Amino acid sequence: MAELRFAQGINRALRECMEEDPAVFLFGEDIAQVGGPFGVTRGLLDQFGPDRIRDTPISEATMANAAVGAALSGLRPVLEIMFMDFMTLTMDALVNQAAKARFMFGGQTSVPLVIRTPHGGGISAGPQHSQCLEAWFAHIPGLKVVCPSNPADAYGLLKAAIQDPDPVVFVENKALYAMKGDVADDAPSIPLGTANIVRPGKDVTLVTYGACVHKAARAASTLADEGIDTEIVDLRSIQPWDEQAVLASLKRTHRLLIVHEAVEAFGVGAEIAARMAEAGFDELDAPIVRVAAPFVPVPFAPALEAQYQPQEADIIAAARKLCE
Amino acid sequence: MAIANKEYLLDVYRRMLSIRLVELRLGRLFADGEVPGFIHLSVGQEAVAAAMGVVLRPDDTVASTHRGHGHALAKGIDITTFFLELMARAEGICQGRGGSMHVANMSIGMLGANAIVGASIPIALGSALAHQVRKTDAVAVAFFGDGAMAEGVLHESLNLASLWKLPLLFLCENNGWAEFSPTHKQFVAPLNKLADAFSIPHRKVDGNDVLAVIDAAQAAADSMRPGNGPQVLECMTHRWRGHYEGDPQKYRSGEELAGLEGHDPVALFESVLSKKGVGKAQQQKIRQEIEAQVEASVEQARKGSAPDWEMACNDVYTSTGEY
Repeated sequence: MAELRFAQGINRALRECMEEDPAVFLFGEDIAQVGGPFGVTRGLLDQFGPDRIRDTPISEATMANAAVGAALSGLRPVLEIMFMDFMTLTMDALVNQAAKARFMFGGQTSVPLVIRTPHGGGISAGPQHSQCLEAWFAHIPGLKVVCPSNPADAYGLLKAAIQDPDPVVFVENKALYAMKGDVADDAPSIPLGTANIVRPGKDVTLVTYGACVHKAARAASTLADEGIDTEIVDLRSIQPWDEQAVLASLKRTHRLLIVHEAVEAFGVGAEIAARMAEAGFDELDAPIVRVAAPFVPVPFAPALEAQYQPQEADIIAAARKLCE
Repeated sequence: MAIANKEYLLDVYRRMLSIRLVELRLGRLFADGEVPGFIHLSVGQEAVAAAMGVVLRPDDTVASTHRGHGHALAKGIDITTFFLELMARAEGICQGRGGSMHVANMSIGMLGANAIVGASIPIALGSALAHQVRKTDAVAVAFFGDGAMAEGVLHESLNLASLWKLPLLFLCENNGWAEFSPTHKQFVAPLNKLADAFSIPHRKVDGNDVLAVIDAAQAAADSMRPGNGPQVLECMTHRWRGHYEGDPQKYRSGEELAGLEGHDPVALFESVLSKKGVGKAQQQKIRQEIEAQVEASVEQARKGSAPDWEMACNDVYTSTGEY
């Protein structure tokens, strides 16, 4: 058992995958020499050399398409896109190429690539360095989307993502990079599509993922003092998402609250709410409620950003109202 | 040029003529409603594809364009599975899910025709990267048209291929047209200047002279295999048909279309063959053989079955295992 930071959990997964499979190839802006803006890939150049990990020019569209071409030609590329906001420049590669290759080529091939990218605000990074765009990718048939909430999950999910034959967008919340947590020496990879009940409860199901899991946990402890017992379901994987785990929890609590840092409108929560309204209609004792970002770009000023982000108090208020 | 050998010339002829006859047949099938969707024919540009078929090895990879039938056939896609695909049959090379603009065969390094203009370039770049990382001497070819010269990924890819000395051939089929507009109205810099800017050797050839293209492409491949970095090969050619089949081409002048006479790569090569002692009668015999093969493939494709919905849905992901 080792205590690792979230970034170190990712680093360990990358290192082990590179040791285990010579086809794993890392590239991205400033990831080799400098070790990435958040230090995630530090030390890998020394161990594996420039044939296995490379700094790239600032050419996201070409890098992402190159990942597709490399994946079609025998490599397992892992590309880092420095901020999720820059994923907008990779959309053709992901949406038109990676997501569709298996289907449109009649099942001839898989596209085993991973794009790692940080999302999330809270550091005054402004409107073009803070967005949570995971719903865009979850909307595309052929892509998988993962978003871990702690070092052990970051490790286990990234190993699964790299070993997975399909294209995976691996989303890392910036606020979590420094978080510490235990990662077992023989920690297994975590199958994509499996949620984790991080807190059992009987009064309300709170579905969330990524950094919001921690806000949810703090809110749950306040709510517990008031007699509201919250069950927290950490999705871990957004596409595919663990519908059965959410439904099973709803059957225990009969109330559903969905929390994410991404914009509420047309978001991940909208899909979960719609599915549960259909599959879990008879279980619901109250309307499904979402706590998420408003339909506004992420602002720069700390005071504005604090208002923008869903906060512990918003979660508590929503849960109280649900349980009235 | 050590290619005076008659068998060699006949091989080149068969490759080029097969592409021509497959596409002409395809055009008729399309007009008759037997090919759904829309198709972009490369009639007039066959010399470039055929030349690459001669030069490339099975382990070399190519990424192609929306006008990619010739590239796919040149890389070795079976004609029958090609017709099966374009006629939307389950037995097609892509099981009827891709059609004309997505013909691919991974097992022979044909990474797909592509409906996104310019996308072939960075995808081929990634394939070249894989060849380099895996330390093989295979090369990758990015087919693109002059219409893709204004796409940003070309410029990014020229930079990166040069920076990393990737075994990538930038193969431009310059037919003067970017969909419905003349390229000179869309793009200011000639390709040789772009290549110069990124320190990549550039060569421009008559793309209707198949032997000239073979010569230039062979030299490019020979330079790339030992690790000397990318090459740009610009093949000047002509698009005889519309942007798509059925395009009335009101934007092209009668003079321009009349001027195509004398630039037909097949007719030009037939003159070469005649001079080398392969007479009209032998040429006609080869044409008839290919036509018979094409017709047999079309007949077989007509007998193909309808694609299955469940099977299609099962190929959205490779692994849906434990969810």
